[in-house]
Amino acid sequence: MNAALGAARKPAPAAGSAAKTDPLAGLKPRLEVRNLNFFYGPKHALFDISLTVPINRVTALIGPSGCGKSTLLRTLNRMHETVKTSRLEGQILLDGESVLDQDVTRLRRRVGMVFQRPNPFPKSIFDNIAYGLRVNGYKGSISEAVEKSLRRAALWDEVKDALHKSAYALSGGQQQRLCIARALAVDPEVLLLDEPCSALDPISTAKIEELLFGLKEICTMVIVTHNMQQAARSSDLTAFMLEGHLVEFQTTEQLFTTPSDPRTEAYITGRFG
Amino acid sequence: MSGWAGAGHRRFRKVISYAWLGATALCALLVVGVLFFILGSLVWKGGSDIDLNFFTQLPKPVGETGGGMANAIVGSIKLLFLASLVGIPIGVVGGIYMAEFGGRLSAFIIQYTADLLNGVPSIVIGLFTYSLIVIRMKHFSTLAGGFALGVMMIPITLRSTEQFLRSVPVTLREGAMALGASKWRTIVSVVVPAAYRGILTAILLALARVAGETAPLLFTALNNRYWSPGWNQPTASLPVMVFTYGISPYDDWQRQAWAAGLVLLGMVLLTNIIARAVLSRGISAPR
Repeated sequence: MNAALGAARKPAPAAGSAAKTDPLAGLKPRLEVRNLNFFYGPKHALFDISLTVPINRVTALIGPSGCGKSTLLRTLNRMHETVKTSRLEGQILLDGESVLDQDVTRLRRRVGMVFQRPNPFPKSIFDNIAYGLRVNGYKGSISEAVEKSLRRAALWDEVKDALHKSAYALSGGQQQRLCIARALAVDPEVLLLDEPCSALDPISTAKIEELLFGLKEICTMVIVTHNMQQAARSSDLTAFMLEGHLVEFQTTEQLFTTPSDPRTEAYITGRFG
Repeated sequence: MSGWAGAGHRRFRKVISYAWLGATALCALLVVGVLFFILGSLVWKGGSDIDLNFFTQLPKPVGETGGGMANAIVGSIKLLFLASLVGIPIGVVGGIYMAEFGGRLSAFIIQYTADLLNGVPSIVIGLFTYSLIVIRMKHFSTLAGGFALGVMMIPITLRSTEQFLRSVPVTLREGAMALGASKWRTIVSVVVPAAYRGILTAILLALARVAGETAPLLFTALNNRYWSPGWNQPTASLPVMVFTYGISPYDDWQRQAWAAGLVLLGMVLLTNIIARAVLSRGISAPR
């Protein structure tokens, strides 16, 4: 397995830094991005990105605004396709299977997403969670699945008596946990989180970080954040991006203590960004 | 130059602020005032003629007092029902297309056409329906009247449906698509429900607008002193009754014209109240 991993990582010189230790040592890959180039119309947004996201770990993407971290995240479940002028070159593999060739609705069931701002549907709490189940033709008991997801998102105790109330009656932090529960309901293998706490207060943020830590057991997570403390606290691996390039990919501990690229060091010590 | 303006300037700014507040309040008051003035004069001049007979009896011949407009009330309801059948599906589905699928060029063309159609004088739409349906059928009918009113509903429903759909946040669409929902599923199960209050309000506005249209009916549904069974015969309608009775030389007919106007307004108001009561249930998306 390690040999296969090594092979998968070989075409990753764009990671720039000659990493001394392999941050992925001993980990199984879930997602593999290979030589990814991405364009918005004529604008080249991502340059030859290669990155392996290991199973049951939290991988953080950090970098200053506009560095392409959200763009990279959105290619992983092909949400970039909502932008008509976008173009993608390279390969993305989910469990060894090309993401780009499979049915997009199936892919998005397997790779869930949580957005910057809570975006519950104008439906009841119950129907919000049930939505993905119904869309994907879930055969089992929907109410059991709803309860399971709400428990996983640590929201059950707060909403169990209000399942048929509007999702908008919840606070911002609760709404975001509802969105996490909604994404978890369809049993995704990967959960993508696009700055999930940027619209939340510190207490709600802490709750969500704690929640993510617990979710590692059941899924692989990729989180985009511009909050370095958050990356340091809640992730196992961190990728630092700058102007569309992947500068450095390390274990979070190593990246924040002994970064190998001077640009990474400059960023995490607050000299720019 | 110490930099900051003195007390005199601050006072001046306050005066300006109050002046504008006053001006906007006055205009708002005027709007409400006009409505109440119309409503008041309708009640004043026609209120006394509204009794049970007005809703249950046919018009009486000239010279006899009393009688009602039961046929015109039913006629108006039938016309509006037909208009809804024509105008709502085309308007709403077309609006969905424009907001969700339309490319730049096609959206522009449809928008422009809809705006033009909205600007076509109602009497021209009547004439168009006359040549299209009445001449071919060789007689006036409820069908033709309903069609003319329906055509008038299309641009209003279409444009407002489009606008309300466009105002649904992108994040809601993305949320649904990220769960594996296809585009049509996203539209049907998330986007339209998030906008349905707005769409329904637009439909009501369109209905209210055509409910009072007289000109297109003169060419199409004409009028009828008696009941109009089925859809194939000329029919009485409240606006046309207001027109014919209003310009008549008889006092009691003129009073009945006012009464008919009041009933028409009442019908529009009632539909609005019912729809709003229905709307207040369910969950709306925040804007």
